[in-house]
Amino acid sequence: MNALYSLLFVFLLVLIPLFGVDAAHLRTFFGVCIPTTAFIIFIVGFAYKVITWGRSAVPFRIPTTGGQFKSFDPEMFPQNKLDCPQTGAQTFFRMVLEVFAFRSLFRNTAVSLHEGKDHPVVAYKSSKWLWLFAITFHYSFFIVALRHLRLFLEPIPFFVHGLEFVDGLLQIGAPTMYLTDVGLVVGVLLLFGRRMINSRVNYISYASDFFPLFLILAVALSGIYMRYYDKVDIIAIKELTMGLVTFHYHVPEAISVSFFVHVFLVSCLMAYFPFSKLMHFPGVFLSPTRNLPNDSRAKHHVNPWNDPNIKPHAYADYEKHFGVPMAEAGLPLDNPENGKAPEEEA
Amino acid sequence: MSDIPKADELFKSIDYNPPATGWMETPVDFSPGNWCYPAKPEKMEYMESKLPGLWGPVREWNPGEEDWKLPANWKEIVVNGFKERLGKFRSLKVFMDICVRCGACADKCHFFIGSGDPKNMPVLRAELMRSVYRGEFTVAGKILSKLTGSRVMEEDVLKEWFIYFYQCTQCRRCSLYCPYGIDTAEMTMMARELMHLVGLNTNWIMEPVSNCNITGNHLGIQPHAFADIVEFMVDDIEEVTGRRVKAPLNEKGHEILFITPSGDVFADPGIYTFMGYLLLFDYLDLDYTMSTYASEGGNFGSFTNNETMKKLNAKMYAEANRLGCKWILGGECGHMWRVVHQYMDTMNADIQGSQMATPKSPITGTVFDTAAATKMLHITEFTADLIKNNKLKLDPSRNDHLKVTFHDSCNPARGMGLLDEPRYVIKNVCNNFYEMPPATIREQTFCCAGGSGLNTDEIMEIRLRGGLPRGNALRHVQEKHGVNTMACICAIDRATLIPLADYWAPGVTITGTHELVANALVLEEGEERKMDMRQEYLPGFEDEEDDWTPPNMEDA
Ligand code: SF4
Ligand code: SF4
Repeated sequence: MNALYSLLFVFLLVLIPLFGVDAAHLRTFFGVCIPTTAFIIFIVGFAYKVITWGRSAVPFRIPTTGGQFKSFDPEMFPQNKLDCPQTGAQTFFRMVLEVFAFRSLFRNTAVSLHEGKDHPVVAYKSSKWLWLFAITFHYSFFIVALRHLRLFLEPIPFFVHGLEFVDGLLQIGAPTMYLTDVGLVVGVLLLFGRRMINSRVNYISYASDFFPLFLILAVALSGIYMRYYDKVDIIAIKELTMGLVTFHYHVPEAISVSFFVHVFLVSCLMAYFPFSKLMHFPGVFLSPTRNLPNDSRAKHHVNPWNDPNIKPHAYADYEKHFGVPMAEAGLPLDNPENGKAPEEEA
Repeated sequence: MSDIPKADELFKSIDYNPPATGWMETPVDFSPGNWCYPAKPEKMEYMESKLPGLWGPVREWNPGEEDWKLPANWKEIVVNGFKERLGKFRSLKVFMDICVRCGACADKCHFFIGSGDPKNMPVLRAELMRSVYRGEFTVAGKILSKLTGSRVMEEDVLKEWFIYFYQCTQCRRCSLYCPYGIDTAEMTMMARELMHLVGLNTNWIMEPVSNCNITGNHLGIQPHAFADIVEFMVDDIEEVTGRRVKAPLNEKGHEILFITPSGDVFADPGIYTFMGYLLLFDYLDLDYTMSTYASEGGNFGSFTNNETMKKLNAKMYAEANRLGCKWILGGECGHMWRVVHQYMDTMNADIQGSQMATPKSPITGTVFDTAAATKMLHITEFTADLIKNNKLKLDPSRNDHLKVTFHDSCNPARGMGLLDEPRYVIKNVCNNFYEMPPATIREQTFCCAGGSGLNTDEIMEIRLRGGLPRGNALRHVQEKHGVNTMACICAIDRATLIPLADYWAPGVTITGTHELVANALVLEEGEERKMDMRQEYLPGFEDEEDDWTPPNMEDA
């Protein structure tokens, strides 16, 4: 149901520019106003969210440790520097692997129950599917996004050319098919399929989990359609995009409607981004269980809201309370008076 | 325990397929056995007098009844408390926003593995809170509600929290696998803080908390009784070894203050571990004292709220200062060590006395820079260093009747990274050591299912279900290698693993690591040990039961 709603909603989004652009004066609206606004929403929303996260305190160092810590004898008990970092540099590498290689996900296992010979067996096997799907999807998306830089930069940076070259290495079709275009579509479909087929993941999926998948799929498909089937006028598009970044807005006549569909969907994605789970992208950098070194026993850290007025139950009160039996048991007392039974006091 | 199903029946009842109804529509089962009893009013009155404003109205109430007697403005309190904590803990704020519901954590929780209840999937456990966050604090959630999985705070929601946040042992296994490190344990802690604000609590946590504050330990053992118990153990050690060990209590002017969870003083088999400490320290002629005032390492406050955690932890430094100790040596305990490692210095460094210094072993001279801030050393670090420097004469063959495996306690494993030291110690005092399967040990270790204040018989079936992964791994090495002993470094483990092993791997006994050390420790040249620390005769000496005299008498 949630998947269906999301799908319908994305269809509606596609229809808007399809019909909207036909009215000539809306070309500027869809070509300039919408993307600019969406971009502003994206930047402001993104920054706002990250700043609000940043404003919340990190009172304690709570890294989740995934291996041996730095011991008193690092040779006998070698530290797992990546999963149990103790210094800033080690933590940095932990984060790099997390962000670029999805390391925690790589660890994933799947549990299953079996009837053993005479007792039950719980089995765990490595399960790297999610890692594979996710990495296909994210890297494809990332490279596709980078490739788009050529529309916004003049001269086109060398690495963008490099990316395009490697990405199109297989030289299939004309224009050359990009591997990442395929990767992106396949990645989304795999993630979607997993969400449908795995009953547990399906159970926890909301419309807000399906919607971004369909939206990104629509973005990808519209882009592919534009490039491979509609064969849009790239020169004209670059004119428009360069206009956007240099604030000289101009919408050339040669641009066909498929471009506006693509741009509109991208705009929706940008505007939706800061309010959704897509914020896991900046969030992964801010996760206190991953981005802190495990050094809180060795180094002092400050909790900004630590309350110095919280004091332990005073020993003096303890001794007053238990002084008599303590004295009888031969335990030393700070104040011998406490050891006297009340009737002796007289 | 009579109405608890047999192991194979229980196993057959586990179904990993979620129900047909959505999770928000699936009602929660409030029948007895699904919850722990609420705290006795006098305990709450006491805590309210010590840390006012954190505990909600003191009252008698029953989770099985319709009316939980919440304060009239309960919703306001919870929502405001939630807001406050979003500002105080970035972990909470970030974790509320970034979960993508990928489900990588779903089958990592022992409670899910043993129950199949989807609300025990960490992601859904956290959604119980996130849904409210979205419904109360985000624009999208307010407008789109159901589509984004949002809902507002209602009494049913709060009641659901009570069930499921007291079905999380804060073991952090889920956090290890989450691509963003989302730590459901952290959210459980926050949810519990919020529930405390409106007086939802459990006696199994609050009675220990209040006891810790008054008497110094969670069992409420008064100082003279504590001294008596220690004396008994000294007698028992003499019975086993012929040596009368020192057991200094509340003495000033010693270098080291030793603090261990009081479970080791009171309950079987922890007491054997405690005897192990005493024997080891006497053997070393260690300049140390214990304290009746700071006679609890386990921090039950960490199961309630930050304030209480801090208050209970603070007495360790306070006592070190009063007695003039330079550093603190800590016994085998799980939660105590998570608190010591991750929180202690940050919370309480300001009361650390100037006499305190970085721990330095008086026997080997090793300086433990890893503990430079807290001034507190884990006993397995201390002992591993002794063994490495050849300061202990050990006869591991005295443990030959034991085939040992090691259970990594969650907190030292995933909250600290203490994995190799205990293994090193065990391997040096036992000849037969076998690891459980890799997916169930070290950082992937499975909880005993009784941590974070859940080790009560009221929820025995839940505990046994949660104990399935650990119990099953244990059963595996029991069959494969004949393992008959599981060592651990946590006092809660020593209590909770016993019913777990009886149920899932009958025949395996539970022991602390320093009990094994004490068994192997050769006190003097040619010393012959006829029984182990449990006063059970070692193989070959069984027939001596009738006319046994302590070895030192034989010499005379
Ligand atoms: S693994 Fe992390 S991101 Fe994935 S569902 Fe669990 S908590 Fe959410
Ligand atoms: S912290 Fe442990 S008990 Fe709690 S949800 Fe995660 S895995 Fe389950």
